[in-house]
Amino acid sequence: MNIETYEKAFLSLGGVLLVACLVALAYASIAMGIHLPGRAGEVDPLTMRAQAPFDNPGVRETSPGQYEAVVIGQLWAFVPAEIRVPAGAEVTFVATSNDVLHGLHVEGTRINMMLVPGQISRNTYTFKEPGEHLIICHEYCGVGHHTMYGKVIVE
Amino acid sequence: MYQPIVFDTAGYRLPENQRKPIRWAIYIGYLALTAGIFHGLAQALSYANIDILAYFPALKSYYQGLTAHGVANALIFTFSFSNGFLPLMTARALSQKLVSWMLWTSFVLLALGNVLVIYAVATNQASVLYTSYAPLQAHWTYYFGLVLVVVSTWLALANMLVIWNRWRKENPGERVPLLAHISVISYVMWGLASLPIAVLFLGFLIPWSIGWLPKMDPLLGRTLFWFTGHAIVYAWLLPAYVSWYALIPRQVEGKMVSDSLTRFVFVLFLLLSIPTGFHHQYTDPGISTTMKAIHAVLTFGVFFPSLATAFSVMASLEMGGRRRGGSGLLGWIRKLPWGDPSVVAQLLAMITFVFGGITGLINASFTMNQVVHNTTWIPGHFHMTVGSAVALTLMGVAYWMIPYLTGRGLVGKGWAVASSWLYTVGVLIFARGMISAGLEGMPRRIYRAQATYTREAWDLGGALTGIGGTLMFIGILVFFIVIAWTVVAGRKGEGPSDIPWSETLRPPAKTGWEPRLDRLVFWSVVAVVLVVIAYGPFFATYLPPNFVSPGFTVW
Repeated sequence: MNIETYEKAFLSLGGVLLVACLVALAYASIAMGIHLPGRAGEVDPLTMRAQAPFDNPGVRETSPGQYEAVVIGQLWAFVPAEIRVPAGAEVTFVATSNDVLHGLHVEGTRINMMLVPGQISRNTYTFKEPGEHLIICHEYCGVGHHTMYGKVIVE
Repeated sequence: MYQPIVFDTAGYRLPENQRKPIRWAIYIGYLALTAGIFHGLAQALSYANIDILAYFPALKSYYQGLTAHGVANALIFTFSFSNGFLPLMTARALSQKLVSWMLWTSFVLLALGNVLVIYAVATNQASVLYTSYAPLQAHWTYYFGLVLVVVSTWLALANMLVIWNRWRKENPGERVPLLAHISVISYVMWGLASLPIAVLFLGFLIPWSIGWLPKMDPLLGRTLFWFTGHAIVYAWLLPAYVSWYALIPRQVEGKMVSDSLTRFVFVLFLLLSIPTGFHHQYTDPGISTTMKAIHAVLTFGVFFPSLATAFSVMASLEMGGRRRGGSGLLGWIRKLPWGDPSVVAQLLAMITFVFGGITGLINASFTMNQVVHNTTWIPGHFHMTVGSAVALTLMGVAYWMIPYLTGRGLVGKGWAVASSWLYTVGVLIFARGMISAGLEGMPRRIYRAQATYTREAWDLGGALTGIGGTLMFIGILVFFIVIAWTVVAGRKGEGPSDIPWSETLRPPAKTGWEPRLDRLVFWSVVAVVLVVIAYGPFFATYLPPNFVSPGFTVW
C-alpha cells in the first residue's frame, strides 16, 4: 500500500472524527439545552445603579421554583456577595460590571460568564443538590483580583 | 526523483550585514524567553501556595510580573524569532538578498518597541496583562511599543514579498520553491490577521490612553483583540510547522511526503486561522449565540490542516527512522537521532502538541468551554501549544541556527538534550496539574498564594503546577546557558554552512490546479471574504461602538 492511501485513510478518519464531535456539540446544545450567553441588552455602567434591574441587586423568586439573581461585579467584590436559593431552584443570573472586566464563574456549574461594562450577561442553571459554590471572579481586574469572590448557598 | 525545496542546492549565504540584524532579532527573542520565565516560576509556585514574590523586589505586584511573563514569552519571543527566521528561510530558498533597509528598520523598530514596552511595564504603568483588555488603561508607551513590534513584523513580511516577486520575475513559469512558499504564507496570514489589533491599538487604545478618546467600548476592544488573537497563535505556530515540514525531514534523514499537500495545508491556515476568534468569547455577553456557533464550526475546520500535518510529519520521521536502520511497526522511532539536540527538542514538541491539540478541540466545544473557560485548564492547554510545540521547536531550531548564523559550534550538546527533556517532563506535570485543578474550577491569572478563598480540590493540581513549573524553569535556564555559551565561546568555523533543507518525494506539478496554490493575492482575497462572512454580521448589527468606559489603573 502506498503512502497516499494511508494519507487518505488518515485524513478521512480525522474528518469523520471532527464531524462526529460537531454532531455531539449540536446535540448537546439543541437536545440537552446547554446554551451560551448571548445578547441580553446594554447598560451604562456609570448610571446603572439608578435603573432596573441593577438598582436592586439580589436574588428574588420570579415564579414558583424560578429565581432571578441580579449581580454586579465591581472592584473587588460581588454585590450581593452571597446568594441563597433552595435546592431545585432554576436561577437566571443577570449580571454586569460597573468598572473593569470581571468574570463570574459559579464553580461546579455551567454558570461561567464574562462581565463586560456596557453589556448585560445572562444565563440559567438549575441547582439540584444542596451545597455551597464559590462565585469566582476569573478575569484579571486589578491588584485585588484574588480577593474577589462570592458564594451561592443551595439549601 | 527527489525535489529540493530550495532553488539552489549548492548553497546560498546572505551577506554579513544582513545576517547581523537577523541574528540580533533572534537574540532578542531568546532573551525575552529567558527574561519571562522568572515570573513564570513565581506563578507556578503561587499555585502550589508557595509565595516567592518577596524575592522580586523590583515588582509592585504579582500582576506586573504576570504581564511581563505574557508579553515577553508569548509576544516578544515568538515574533522576534519569526522576524529573523522567516525572512532567512525565504532568502535561502530563493537565493535572493533581502532588502537591507527593510531588514534594519524592522530590527530597529522591534528593539525600540521592546524598549518602550519594558519602560511601561517596569515602571508599573502597564499591569494590564498581555491581553490589554480595556477598561484597564496602560500608559501609551505600552500600546505604542507593541504597535512598533507589529510594524516590525509587517516590514519583515514586506521584505519577503519583495524577494518573492523578484524571484518570480527572474524565473517565469517556475514553481516557487516550497520552503519560500510556506514561509511567506505564514507571515501573509499574520499580516492579514494583525489588522484588527492594529485598529484596536491605533484607533482606540492609544487615543484613549492619551485622552483624545474619553471613553472606550470594552466589548468592541475584546472582539478586536480576539479577531487577531486566535490567528496570532497560528502566527506563532506556523514557523514551527515550517521547521517540522521542511527542515526536520533532512535532520532525521527522511524526505518530505508531498509538495502539494504541504502548500495546501499552509493555504488552509491562511484561510481558516482568522475567522475563528469568537471561540475565545463564548462566555461573553453582547455576541449572538449563532455567531459563536459559526466560529465553533470554523475552529473545528482549522483543526483539519493540523491533522494533515501530523500525518505528513510522522511519515517523514518514519522514512528517516527506517533509513537509519529501524524496522518493525514502531522500531523506527528508536532509531531517530535522539542524541541530536535540535531534533530531540522538536520530537518532544510534537509529542506534547498531541495533548495541546486535543485540549484545544475541547476548548472549541462551547458546551465544555463553559466548564473550563478562564480556569487554569486554559494555561494548561496553551503551555502544551505555544508553551511547548512552539517554544521547544524554537529552542530546537536555535541549536542549529545560532551556530549557522554565528559560525560557532554548539557547546554542551548533552546539556542541550537534557534541557529539552527537563522542559518536556516539566510541562507535562505542570499541564496535568493545571488541567485537573481547572476542571475543579481553579481560576487562571490569580495570585493564589495570597487569595482570600480556596478549595481543597485545587491542592494536588496546584502542587503539580509548582513542581512542573520548576522543571520548566530549569530547562529553559539550561537552554539559555548553552546558547549564550555557544555565542560567546563556541569554536569558530564549526557552525553548519547551510540550513537543513529537505527534499520532497516528487517535484511539484507545473500544470493542473497545483500551481494556483502559489497565488498569494488570490488566496488572500479568499481569506478576507471568509473573514467578512464570519465577522461581518457581528459588526453590522453591533456598531456604532458603545463608548461607556473611562480608563482604570487599579494596580
